[in-house]
Amino acid sequence: MTKMSGAKALLESLERQNVDVMFGILGGAVLPIYDLLCKSKIRHILCRHEQGAAHAADGYARASGKAGVCMATSGPGATNLVTGIANAYMDSSPLIALTGQVPSGGVNTSYMIGRDAFQEADIIGITTPITKHNFQLRNAAEIPKTVKTAFYIATTGRPGPVVIDVPKNVQTEVTEIDFSNGIHIPGYKPTSNPHPLQIRKATEMLAEAERPVILAGGGVIISNASSELLQVAELLLAPVATSFMGKGAFPETHPLSLGSIGMHGNPVANKLLCEADVMLAVGTRFSDRATGRLDNFCAPTKKIHIDIDAAEIGKNVDVDIPIVGDAKKALQELHERLAKQLKKKKNTAWTKRVKETKEQLNPRSKGASKDLKPKALLQALRKLLPENAIATTEVGQNQMWAALYFNTLKPRTFISSGGLGTMGFGFPAAIGAKVACPDRPVVDIAGDGSFRMTEQELGTSVTEDIPVIVIVLNNSVLGMVAQWQRMFFKGRYSAVKLGSVPDFVKLAEAYGAQGFRARSIAEFAKAVKTALKSDVTTVIDVPISMEEDVVPMVPPGCGINEQVGDY
Amino acid sequence: MEKNEKTQVIAALVENKPGVLHSVANMFRRRDFNIESITVGRTEQEDLSRMTITVKGDEKTLEQVVKQMNKLIDVVKVTRLEPENIVTRELALIKVNVPDNKSRSDVINCVDVFRGRVVDVSPETLTIEITGTPDKIDAFLNLMKTYGIMELARTGLTALSRGVRSIRIEE
Repeated sequence: MTKMSGAKALLESLERQNVDVMFGILGGAVLPIYDLLCKSKIRHILCRHEQGAAHAADGYARASGKAGVCMATSGPGATNLVTGIANAYMDSSPLIALTGQVPSGGVNTSYMIGRDAFQEADIIGITTPITKHNFQLRNAAEIPKTVKTAFYIATTGRPGPVVIDVPKNVQTEVTEIDFSNGIHIPGYKPTSNPHPLQIRKATEMLAEAERPVILAGGGVIISNASSELLQVAELLLAPVATSFMGKGAFPETHPLSLGSIGMHGNPVANKLLCEADVMLAVGTRFSDRATGRLDNFCAPTKKIHIDIDAAEIGKNVDVDIPIVGDAKKALQELHERLAKQLKKKKNTAWTKRVKETKEQLNPRSKGASKDLKPKALLQALRKLLPENAIATTEVGQNQMWAALYFNTLKPRTFISSGGLGTMGFGFPAAIGAKVACPDRPVVDIAGDGSFRMTEQELGTSVTEDIPVIVIVLNNSVLGMVAQWQRMFFKGRYSAVKLGSVPDFVKLAEAYGAQGFRARSIAEFAKAVKTALKSDVTTVIDVPISMEEDVVPMVPPGCGINEQVGDY
Repeated sequence: MEKNEKTQVIAALVENKPGVLHSVANMFRRRDFNIESITVGRTEQEDLSRMTITVKGDEKTLEQVVKQMNKLIDVVKVTRLEPENIVTRELALIKVNVPDNKSRSDVINCVDVFRGRVVDVSPETLTIEITGTPDKIDAFLNLMKTYGIMELARTGLTALSRGVRSIRIEE
């Protein structure tokens, strides 16, 4: 027991969770914490908007596998975090969001909570449906236990964001603090060991399958189960499709890789998934963007579904064999049993079919622009970057082109807002990823519309010395909605044209970053090479045609095998 | 009720602390489930409260309700109570209009038949307490409609499993 203030107890609790960095913006209701933060071992990165802080912490978490921490003051600071928290929730990212709150009592402060005080917002009420859990501290003594509990909940089972709301009087309260308390959460016991009977049933079904396919989701990446996935796939000679969030779970250059499924999925993946007799789905929640119309989604295919979240099983798609448990453990156990039962297969009729289909349906990019096609750009980018480089994306066409054409080879090297589809995520997430992995290049594959939403974080990346590369596929339009207006609204463009401002080269320079404009693949390659050698953030503006579509696509309301568009 | 819909009583043990009812109610709203009735009270274990929630839905929806409740950190245990194996009760307080002696004695007769109690009397009203299954209360209310119900407060349903079965958590 040591006597200290709540603010000190909070920082020490964070240090005990091995937090070495946090992203945030201060304000009146967190001043006691910031007063001590400058003397703490924790590096604080001052962002330019709280949404940027939350996305950066999320990007840090996804790149490192550790919890990311962000902090904001009460009221508008806290509500500005909300998009970032919702984003982390949808993509199961371990985020700890600390928010200041007006005083709830205390000797030197008047009681303000619940009285519509200045900069008061009910952040607990606001974030209840978008967090795994949240806490409002009542006194300084409960800080160590609450912080421990919050990190445990955020990082175990199916990870997710946790909010800790800290009233100002709790920060200033001085009391005896005990860091030795253990945690006890009677209502939270994530199941990580799969049931042996279910594993046995799944083994039998897979051993008898003639045309097995694996659908790997983001859970495989979260659980660090990529090598187990590879073992199972190679043993079964099962082609592997991923969900969008699963991109990176399986090397996309592997002969068994089909790419990702879904609305803008790889046509090979969408087609072959529907031809399989048995599907092994791991760590995926069968989102609507992945499955398309549900009654058309691989109806005759028998399905095995592994997920650590029991509520995901049977939520969207009915399955034959549910397995609740950790993806890594389940795949390990499946492999062990299958290896005993199966002889190493040589090529089968199914692998031949996979090979043929891949050759036949390789997506090509046909569009209006003469030379700078997204496909060529992204393939060139892949060649320019080392295998372990991290790519983040914004949301929209840039994201879907990246999914289709930018091969991801390793887990945690493709970071994107899959569930919430948050424009503006990619750039701050890239900053967070760079902080987690300072020795690897980090590239934000951006569109101009999304980049405009969080471009002010150029200030953060330059002043905090976090160099990343932003590639702006610039069509001066909100490209994906323009595409939908072309395809489904008879080409009536409504409110999608952004105009050609700002000049992104000048914008970068205004912030002290470097800017290049690339009008050909050669210029693009030169700019990327310069950026990779540079120690300052680089924005590469690449003008492309606004008529360029992401094709093929599954129109809304159709099955994934009903892709349209010339490819 | 739509095809395949049934009424399900769900019992849940939850942590006895602020905000738990909010998170449970919020989950129902957010997932588009509908609460028919909910009762909450403390249990024999000091740190736990018990919620009895009545929900309508098809099998798939009911399964999701239970799974989503289980995901909430403050919810310690959730069970679907088997309809054939539970005792259910609801309490209602009903203020009935009785302007004359005839209606007054008629109402009191009905209360006796339904084993209710008169808990308050005024020159023009009777306040009746009645306990039973929701069906029994509905039947009684139907009878009272002819006299004129001035005010009604129902607690919502609460339930326990029959016999030794329980959802108690052993410490």
